[in-house]
Amino acid sequence: MIEKIKSLTKKQKFNICRIILAAVLAIVAALLPFEGLVRIGLYLIPYIIIGYDIIRKAVLNIIHGRVFDENFLMCVATIGAFILGECPEAVAVMVFYQVGVVFEDMALEKSRNSIAELMDLCQDYANVELEDGSLDQVDPAEIEVGSIIVVKPGEKIPLDGVIENGRSVIDTSALTGESLPKDVGVGAEVLSGCINLTGLIRVRTTKVLEDSTVTRILELVEDASFKKAKTEQFITRFARIYTPVVCIAALVIAIMPPAIRFAMDYNPMWTDWIFRGLTFLVISCPCALVISIPLGFFGGIGAAASKGVLVKGSNYLEMLAKAKNVVLDKTGTLTKGEFEVTDVIPSETEWTKLVEYAAHGEYFSNHPLSKCIINSYSGEINPERISDFEEIPGRGIVANLDGRELLAGNLKLMDENGIDASGIKGLHEGPMMPDVSEDSPIVSMLKITDYFETAGSKIHIAFDGQYMGFLVVEDILKETSAETVAFLNGKGIFTTVLTGDSEVSAVKISKEVGADRVEYDLMPADKVRIVEIIMEETASKGATVFVGDGVNDAPVIMRADVGIAMGAMGSDAAIEAADIVLMDDDPLKLTTAINIAQKTLSIVKQNIAFTLVVKFACLLLAAIGVVGMWAAIFADVGVMILAVLNSMRMIGFSGSEEKKSKDKEEDLSEE
Amino acid sequence: MKKTFKIEVDCAVCAAKMEETAKKAPGVKDASVSFLAQKMKVEFAEGADPKTTMEGIASACRKFEPDSEIYYD
Repeated sequence: MIEKIKSLTKKQKFNICRIILAAVLAIVAALLPFEGLVRIGLYLIPYIIIGYDIIRKAVLNIIHGRVFDENFLMCVATIGAFILGECPEAVAVMVFYQVGVVFEDMALEKSRNSIAELMDLCQDYANVELEDGSLDQVDPAEIEVGSIIVVKPGEKIPLDGVIENGRSVIDTSALTGESLPKDVGVGAEVLSGCINLTGLIRVRTTKVLEDSTVTRILELVEDASFKKAKTEQFITRFARIYTPVVCIAALVIAIMPPAIRFAMDYNPMWTDWIFRGLTFLVISCPCALVISIPLGFFGGIGAAASKGVLVKGSNYLEMLAKAKNVVLDKTGTLTKGEFEVTDVIPSETEWTKLVEYAAHGEYFSNHPLSKCIINSYSGEINPERISDFEEIPGRGIVANLDGRELLAGNLKLMDENGIDASGIKGLHEGPMMPDVSEDSPIVSMLKITDYFETAGSKIHIAFDGQYMGFLVVEDILKETSAETVAFLNGKGIFTTVLTGDSEVSAVKISKEVGADRVEYDLMPADKVRIVEIIMEETASKGATVFVGDGVNDAPVIMRADVGIAMGAMGSDAAIEAADIVLMDDDPLKLTTAINIAQKTLSIVKQNIAFTLVVKFACLLLAAIGVVGMWAAIFADVGVMILAVLNSMRMIGFSGSEEKKSKDKEEDLSEE
Repeated sequence: MKKTFKIEVDCAVCAAKMEETAKKAPGVKDASVSFLAQKMKVEFAEGADPKTTMEGIASACRKFEPDSEIYYD
């Protein structure tokens, strides 16, 4: 509590003192047995203490010709109440109005701070290495590209760069939301905002602070509140109409009924009806909506940022919550974009022997497929066994292993060297099941019974003029791809997979993840076209989301209603093009983003519904004279406080599945 | 040309009004105010002098919101 008081600004402290003083004086005035003018005078003291700034603003506004301003309306309502002798109500309206202002201020500051905290990425100094080897602490903003900085264990990396010396483990969670620390060594790219955990590293900077990852992220999150959601724009428009309408209604209520009663020879009850009109004015402020809706979105964007999801505008969060179509790129999004050996089909030899030949054959090659074949071999590779290595583009590898000829490559290579690869025909009669130990790096064995069903690339091996069999190398699915698509389907979202790959691998992958539709053999321009068609067909139903890795699908990301770039840390082009950036390449982040978006939108809707219902109910009850100004104060300040508190639930919302059940319980208990 | 300015404004309704005012000010193509970030983003019309434009916005805003502040220097 003491800390809370300390954290208040001077202005807030002053206002709280003012509120307490005014409240005490008002109670004193209520207890003193005075009547008439003395009583009014006694109430005027707290009224002026608490309301002088509002009166000042109201007067200034009238001078500038602005009437429907909440300050002015508050003044009219309270001064009117004074004139009618309802002094306690008049003071109460002002006191609670100020309570609302202070509360609003504190809530905003809290959410701003908590987001700044979540995004506490900046190191405020960098240790620059001088020419004589000594270190100097410098403001990161002053460091030029190519400087050498030293990052000690426990420090945050201040600028993007490449490690020159040293090894360490870095915590990238602030950027990616990934809790597993990462090993880095010489030559590794490190991003600002990561925490250096274990070793001392010397980093050559590659960017100035202004272009560094950390600065870009902070800017993105802060700027997000500029791009207002439709709901926000609607509320602003609504507020512009609501206030004048209620004010006119107040005037009508104050004059019409008593005038009619007067004309019909009843007692007009002027004071009663005017008081009802004044009560209307107190309810006329749209504050609860105007403040709680953007705050809800702001909280949602902050919650997303803390999970490694950067949302570039409230509008995108809103569209994502209402998404009806999610289009996913295959390579790099659903699949790892890295190759792995998924099948080993020996002709007659042992499968381990086949892998051994393949690994030795590819040992000196730099081809992307080679690395994964070498990795799939669990034994030792002895480079001395290999000689006369030659790589033939578009064919494969010819080398000598233990003095005998080894071929590793496609069917053309086999043909040209007179190797009969027809041994694979035997597959039709059923595969030979090799012994697969559990720790085998090979993902699956002999799933295929038909050679032509094989999706990936095939590497045929021949040794000493004999055909040995082939290895299947595939771009494999990410572990969480299927879960992600299942989540989307569960939400009633139609999923489409797009790929430039051939039919076989495209259909296989889309079946494995459970996508609703797949389109293959696509050029980048085709992807744009397909997304455009989907958008056109479903424009009225909801937004179309495209998820890609941001490398070669930037045009589609830009074209879609919501373009999501995945694993885009460090890729400026992708961050630029996308509306939402998933900082690591785990597709499950998409589910987190959707959960957060939907939660945000539901809070926003709750606030709108709650605020409007209470306000209209109070207006109605006030019109028929059931409730007075106290209810109006609740409809104004109370509703605002409740709505803001509701919005603040977004801060720290995790959006992950396991937490969700807990949130549901909370929701229930609140009801 | 787009520029972002730090602002000080203490109520959401006022921030919305400042946005409206800024949008209508001469030399402004588009403007947006984020109450939460306490920032104003202004896209200047072609040929407009940012400084004069911002002075215009600031004085227009101060008319109805005397406590508001735009830091444009």
